[in-house]
Parts: sequence; structure tokens; C-alpha cells
Amino acid sequence: MPARVVVLGGGVGGTLAANLLDKELGHDVHVTVVDPTGMHDYQPGYLYVALGEAKGHWLTREERTLLRGGVELAIERAIRIHPDAGTVQLERGGELSYDYLIIATGARLVPEAIPGLSEGSFEFYSLAGAERLSQELARFPGGRIKIGVAGIPYKCPPAPVEFAFLVEEFLRKRGIRDRSEVELLSPLNRAFTIESASTLIAPIMEERGIGLTTFFNVEAVDPSAGVVESLEGEKQEYDLLVLVPPHKGQQVVIDSGLGDPGGWLPTDKHSLNVDGQERIFALGDATNLPISKSGSTAHFEAPVIASRIASLIRGTAPKENYGGRVMCFLETGNGKATSLRFDYEHPPVPPQPNRAWHVAKWLFNRLYWETVPQGRIPEGAPFSKPKDPSH
Amino acid sequence: MQEIVVKQEQNLQGATVDVTRSIDARGMPCPGPLMSLIGVIRESQVGDVIEVLSSDEGSRSDIPAWVQKARHELIEVVPEDGYARFVIRKAR
Amino acid sequence: MNETIAITLDLKGLSCPMPIAKTAQAIRALRPGQLIESLATDPGSVPDFKAWCVSTGHELVEQTEDSGVFRFVIRKEG
Repeated sequence: MPARVVVLGGGVGGTLAANLLDKELGHDVHVTVVDPTGMHDYQPGYLYVALGEAKGHWLTREERTLLRGGVELAIERAIRIHPDAGTVQLERGGELSYDYLIIATGARLVPEAIPGLSEGSFEFYSLAGAERLSQELARFPGGRIKIGVAGIPYKCPPAPVEFAFLVEEFLRKRGIRDRSEVELLSPLNRAFTIESASTLIAPIMEERGIGLTTFFNVEAVDPSAGVVESLEGEKQEYDLLVLVPPHKGQQVVIDSGLGDPGGWLPTDKHSLNVDGQERIFALGDATNLPISKSGSTAHFEAPVIASRIASLIRGTAPKENYGGRVMCFLETGNGKATSLRFDYEHPPVPPQPNRAWHVAKWLFNRLYWETVPQGRIPEGAPFSKPKDPSH
Repeated sequence: MQEIVVKQEQNLQGATVDVTRSIDARGMPCPGPLMSLIGVIRESQVGDVIEVLSSDEGSRSDIPAWVQKARHELIEVVPEDGYARFVIRKAR
Repeated sequence: MNETIAITLDLKGLSCPMPIAKTAQAIRALRPGQLIESLATDPGSVPDFKAWCVSTGHELVEQTEDSGVFRFVIRKEG
């Protein structure tokens, strides 16, 4: 009788974990991925859609095409998890039993949490939002573009900084840079979360004339006045406002009583077990870990969870731990980028932005569909598991 | 991360402070202890006490700076072995 | 100095009485014996911190200046 593993969520983490388990255990496991849309989206591409550099159809594929043949896909919405019974209740009335559960439900956007946000600003955290922003930028006559953050935690900490650099380049290409301003409203006292990276990009921002406002956590937007307000008590006027919307954990996590006030799952930073749950693991954006919510985090967590579940199914002690490994790119415009590689033991040492990392990011974007969800990133490649991430 | 719902702590004057939520951000440079603190403060109630564990040296300037700017209360900074504990009350 | 500084305050650009006021506010969070570091550009902060330490009993452990930035390391009394 094969062990039953249910994976909630068919994003990068859920897909990879399912494939690795199926590959490792074959007939000894039956894996079911539950996903409400059955479509897998490559979210890092939205930034490029917003700037008119890419089209949305390239960014979405059917989840079925990314899963191994032995993995079942249920295109359903999970509405409740019952840890004691070991079951997951589905919206259309069905129920799934599991021996092990992986909650990889990600993060959702809740723009309604900030008054005036939907009406008064743009975002590139959804495909529709990115397309809307791209249309607005195409007809933008020049003016003050302000980029900010309207809730913490949020996916992809580099994204607002990348947008600032790329939109500044966009304005130059459109010939309206001289009658425009670009200002980054940072929630912190510097441009970026990682101090060493912030020090690296500060002179580049200054060179490009990108302004920086510090300690600006968006609290409200006044669309008619064109004003954005911070909880620290500051107000700024804008002509085009681009905000990272507030994020929240999925409703199923909240309704199951498993989440913290933000809907995030309390998770062990090494084993990735949901606190107090031996048979339930949390993966990717859905956890409450104060680490980057990024695809790379999920990418590196998935093999750990798959390995631990495989051990448990075989009756041996799980050995693999998640060491906090993350690998992110940060575009700085003009065909250059830097990279942020770190883990719990090694802080990042980002290189001076160069063309090589920009090309690496471009290559990663192009190769994603054929490599990442299937676990095909070869050892030794920049995104696989090195011994010291500071190289 | 450990969700510590009620935790008794001795503060400087010997009175006890109930920690509402604890954030273990040791070894986590991104988004960082301060950013995590801001997020938890935003979803907390006035009067809640939030504790942040940070091994990042920058926190000793980052955290007090934002707490002052956002007009919350820094209750105490406790040195531990290889990290520090910052205890903050949401004041408004 | 080997001891760890618990809080660093960047008070550059602030003028009297803000450097002292902000230091006094932050030092409340420390236990006796802990260190706070304040960085100020107001030259008036030098006599201010000396006088404040005398009247409060906090110990002015270090006071240096580098390119117009005054650095004060203070040990909380008690």
C-alpha cells in the first residue's frame, strides 16, 4: 500500500517537492498535487511585463505538463485541513486523506487592506496588474513616479528596487527622463534589506538620479489628491504610484486554525515542519519564517522536505535540514545585475553589478520551464547547491 | 519561528512583561530583523509586546531608529550569546 | 573596545537638545552596565553629553571625533 502524500499548491515548491518524491519512491508513494487553477505561473516575469519587455503568455503553463506521470493533479480548491484526521476538505465536497501533507499554498495579495490603494496605484505582482501598469507607462507623459511598499512581509524584496532601476532606464529610452522623477520609498533606513547590497546600489541610484525616502511604510493612498501616506506620518505627492500590495497567507490556512495573524504557518527553520505537526510541512511563501519570500527559497526547501518525507515513509530518521539557502538576482539597469546568495550561516557578499549576472538572470528566466520544476538544475550550476554561497 | 503567546520576562525594574509574539530572525539577513518587526507590529494590537532575536549587528541602530520614528516603545535590549533580544511595545 | 554596544543612535544633523533627548529616551531600554553609542554632528553635544553624564550618573566611556562626527559611548548607570 503506497504512502499518500498530498501537496497543497502547484507553484515552484509544490511541483518540485511532488516530482522529487515520485522520483525517489516510485510505487511506494502516491503523490497528489491540489491546485485551484491547474496553471503554474512564473511570477518573476511580471516585472518585465510591466516594463513592456515581455508578454504574459510566456509566463504561464499547465501544471500537468510540469509533473511526472506518476503524480496525480487535482484541480480543486482546498478549504480546510484536519490535522487530527489527516484529511483535506475540498471546496466541491471531496476529501483527501494523507499520511504526509505539504502546504505550499503561497501568498495572496490583499490590496483592499490599504485604503485607496487599488484606485490610486499600480502593481506588478499579478499578471493583470503588470499589464495595466505597462499600458500606463506606455502613455505616461512624464512626471513623478514613486515606488513603495504597502505591507510586510512581501514576495521578492529586490523587486521594488529593480523596478526603480528599470523604470528609470525606460524613461530614458522613451526620451522623457528629463521631465520625470523616480523616487524609491523604502520601508527601512536604506534602499534595500541587505546592508551590503544597499551600500553597493546607493551610488548607482545617486548617479541615475533615483531619489530615496527612508522609513516610509505605506498606510493609505489618496487617489484624488495624488498623495501617499506613511505610518511614520509622512506624505508624498505622486503622478504615478507603484506599490507592492499587502500580502496574506491563504484562507485555507487561516480557516484551519494553523496560521498566525497574517495567515502564515509557524514553521521550524530547519526541518520545515509546521510547529507541533510531525506529518505536516510548510514550504515557500506560506511559512512564517522571517526569510525572503522568493522562488529560490521554495526551490531549495523542496528537496529538504521531499527527503524528510521519504525517510519517514521508509521508517528511517530524517536527516536533511534546510540551511536557509536563498539565491536572488537584483537588476540594476543598463544591462547589469548583482546576485544575493546566502544561508543561515553565511551572510551575502554581493558582487559589483555586472553584465554576467544580468545574462545569468535572463538565462534562468528562459530555462525555467525546462529545468526548475522538474528538479533538473545540474550540480555545479550557479543555482545548485554550492558549499559556500559567498562565491 | 516559535509563536510564544505569553512569555513572562523580567524587565529592568523587576516588573514582568508579557511578550505577545517572538520573532527569531537570527541568521536571516533578508528581509532582515527590522523588516520582520515592522510587519508584525503592523498586524498587532496597540499594547502588544513584540520580541525580535537578531544576530545582525546593524539591528542595534536599525531597530531603535525605526521604533523612535514610528513612535513605539523600545522596552529593552538584552545581550545574549551571539545575538541580542529587542523588546518593543506597539504604542499607537 | 571589546564589549558589545547594545544600541547605536544616528543623531547626525540633529541639534540641541535632540541628541541628548533621544539618547535619554533610548537608554531607558538598557540594563545597568549596558552600552549605548550616539553619533552626532552638533559640536554643542560635546559639553552636553559630559554634563548629562555627570548629572545622571551614566559613565561617558568614550568620546571621539572623526571628520565632524562626534561619537559618544555611554554606560548606563546602576
